[in-house]
Amino acid sequence: MTDLLEIGGLSKRFGGFVALDGIDLAVKKGERLGLIGPNGSGKSTLVNCICGTLHNEAGSVKFDGKSLAGMTAHQRTRLGLARSFQLPRPFMSLSVADNLRVPLLYTVHAREGRKFTHAEMEDHCGEFLRLVGLADKAKKLPRDLSMVEMRKLELARAMAAEPKLLIADEAMAGLSHVEVDDILALLVRLNERGITIILIEHIMRAVMAFSQRVAVLVSGKKIADGGPQEVMRNPEVERAYLGQ
Amino acid sequence: MHIPLDLLVGALVAGLLLGGFYAAVTVGVSISFGILDIVNIAHPAFIILGSYVAYIFNAQFGLDPILVSVLALPAFYALGALVYQVYYQSFEKRGQDALRGLAFFFGLLFITEVALNLYFGVDYRYVEASYLGPTLHFGMIDLPLRLLVPCMISLVLLAALQIFLSRTFTGRAIMAVSQDQLALQLMAANPVRIKRIAFAISIATCSLAGACLIIIQPVEPSVGREYIGRIFAICVLGGLGSLPGTLIGAMLLGLMESITSTFYGPSWAPAVAFGFLLLTLAFRPAGILGR
Amino acid sequence: MRTSAFLLVMAAVAAAVFAAGHFLGSDYFFFAGYTVLQFVVLATAWNILGGYTGYVNFGTAAFFAMGAYATVAIYKLYPLPIPVLILIGGVVSGIAGFGMGYLTLRLRGAFFSIATLALAVVLQTLVVNWRFVGGSRGAYIIGPATVPILGNYIEYLFLIMLTLAVLAITAARAIERSQLGYGFATIRDDEVAAEASGVPTLRLKLIATTISGALMGMAGAPFPYYIGYVEPASTFGLAYAVNSIAMPMIGGTTSWAGPLIGAILLGIVQQVATVTISSAVNLLIVGVLMVAFVIIAPKGIIGFFQDRWRAGSGG
Repeated sequence: MTDLLEIGGLSKRFGGFVALDGIDLAVKKGERLGLIGPNGSGKSTLVNCICGTLHNEAGSVKFDGKSLAGMTAHQRTRLGLARSFQLPRPFMSLSVADNLRVPLLYTVHAREGRKFTHAEMEDHCGEFLRLVGLADKAKKLPRDLSMVEMRKLELARAMAAEPKLLIADEAMAGLSHVEVDDILALLVRLNERGITIILIEHIMRAVMAFSQRVAVLVSGKKIADGGPQEVMRNPEVERAYLGQ
Repeated sequence: MHIPLDLLVGALVAGLLLGGFYAAVTVGVSISFGILDIVNIAHPAFIILGSYVAYIFNAQFGLDPILVSVLALPAFYALGALVYQVYYQSFEKRGQDALRGLAFFFGLLFITEVALNLYFGVDYRYVEASYLGPTLHFGMIDLPLRLLVPCMISLVLLAALQIFLSRTFTGRAIMAVSQDQLALQLMAANPVRIKRIAFAISIATCSLAGACLIIIQPVEPSVGREYIGRIFAICVLGGLGSLPGTLIGAMLLGLMESITSTFYGPSWAPAVAFGFLLLTLAFRPAGILGR
Repeated sequence: MRTSAFLLVMAAVAAAVFAAGHFLGSDYFFFAGYTVLQFVVLATAWNILGGYTGYVNFGTAAFFAMGAYATVAIYKLYPLPIPVLILIGGVVSGIAGFGMGYLTLRLRGAFFSIATLALAVVLQTLVVNWRFVGGSRGAYIIGPATVPILGNYIEYLFLIMLTLAVLAITAARAIERSQLGYGFATIRDDEVAAEASGVPTLRLKLIATTISGALMGMAGAPFPYYIGYVEPASTFGLAYAVNSIAMPMIGGTTSWAGPLIGAILLGIVQQVATVTISSAVNLLIVGVLMVAFVIIAPKGIIGFFQDRWRAGSGG
């Protein structure tokens, strides 16, 4: 299999604080990668650098064989890189359905031969809402949703961009056991459709169940990368992360 | 082009003195916009208010404008605290400060200007004081007291604020508000209270800056608007939230304006600030001193 | 309703208003009506940027004055018909809007607002120093006393502004319901999330500043013919900026109807106040109303009724 995402020597600093220090990471097409690390280890910063929300000072990010250097966030999204935000950031003045319409209009439509008619658009929105179980809330405003529903909306909006790579940034925090299983099942289904997924998560049960491979970040450095069991047995990981 | 040396020296000295004064005008915005992230575009209106307070007491009781402005500090501090309280309750707390917060301050700017206009008319007002006329001479250098006194007041004000912000508990808490909410909690400081104090201080500086303004030039209600461009140009130029940066930015702008009005005519001076602001925003948004 | 149908309805309403005025036969109606309509255009233009994308433009006066002074400059060279002047004013102010946006929109929204505020001061400085258009003394523009068909010149100007208002409102409504409208709303709500959903935020913001600036310039272009004498102090008056912000704020910023309602309400209040009290007091009223609305009813009149309707329908 070929690499869909290749990160080489990626570094990011905020003033004097080194948030990411020479990260190398490759993700294969169709892979399910778990990304773990303690709070403040740089996971979200890494996502932000990959997706173009932040600009990295050093290192390279290649997606689908293309260098992403100098590309804006929306250009990366259009290439097929979608992410959910750790703290949900819905468009507060748009209805739940209209929230999904945005990536359809601005990402999917921007691709070759992917113009929807009005009816197709409705179908697509409805499908994603059903997928995450928000079909009955389509006309609501985000402020009427619970935190769990907001997380689902966040995921649905990322899916609606029809990505090749989906990065789910702590999509399950605060969810119940059953809800975590729901989202996991959903992510697995997406993966079976051929979407590569990076799951950033604190819930170890979810990470272990989902990931084919796990990478561990600690203080801006990647300290381990391999099969879930193998990584968990790594003494450095235990010391830095699980042993605390 | 041959530039007479004395004209150039005169322009440079006047520019530095003017720049010193600009620092006093700007320091309040350095605190409110630079540190607290509150875009108080009504700041110049409060400065004009300060000028009118100095004018009223000077004209009525013959009090020294600077003395008046020092005595009025608590009143301006209270006004600032009140404005912040309204701003906080109406915008910050509801999480919709951007659009409507700007409209709010713009409204305050406008209301103050129109109200002063209704009460005092559009006539220029000025103050009387012993130091308005004399000029000190040092060889080639002329130091008109009219410019020197505001510059000195401004330097004292900036030094005092710098010491306050870096040495006192409250001052450090104010600096922490912008950078580190967590540190603030560890200091057991209430962020809203800290911000209120900081904003009140920023408005209190308007009392001194207003007195300086009316010492330097006659004032009418719409004069404040000319200062909006200057204030924010200096603020951005110096890097947001840094008092030494404010002083340097102010001096630079003072020099540029002074040179422009000496060699091209005073009616072009306002365009300098704006040009500077736009260029800085376009090419160096972190300010000259920023990294 | 489709845009073409909406345009027909608006045109019918406008025709009715014009017919009523004509039947009334009062010059004052047209004179006052022109001012109200001019505010409808300015408020609608402001709202396309301010209300839809959330970027506050304090420089309405600057964009308006650019249109007006383009007319003055052309008048001195070779007088052209007003519709052509409107197009020119639109192009000039549209380019200015694009330029302002290009320089400042990559930064936080506040910088854009500050830059627009400073723009008014600087353009005023330029005009004061520009002898050709009269400098600080101002310039006289003399329009014909009558025009063919309509006869009355003020009726002609009123009709032009009425047409401009109809076009501005129709454009605003069309934008609101288009892909562009969705994009603008995401910018207002959350730019980072918008980018992540594929919205090219910078390009959209530039489109908004350009359209908004152009409409303001178009509103300013016929102004010299209306007022007869143009001078910088009043043409760059803060009143334009305050009104064009206050009107959408009072009416409601998220839909085309807000600025329309706000402009008609505030416009009429000001006409009445100017006649009965004084023009300085009416400006004070506008300022106080604006501050009161942003504090008490942040969604404006439209938002107030929408919330009631939402609550009433249980939805």
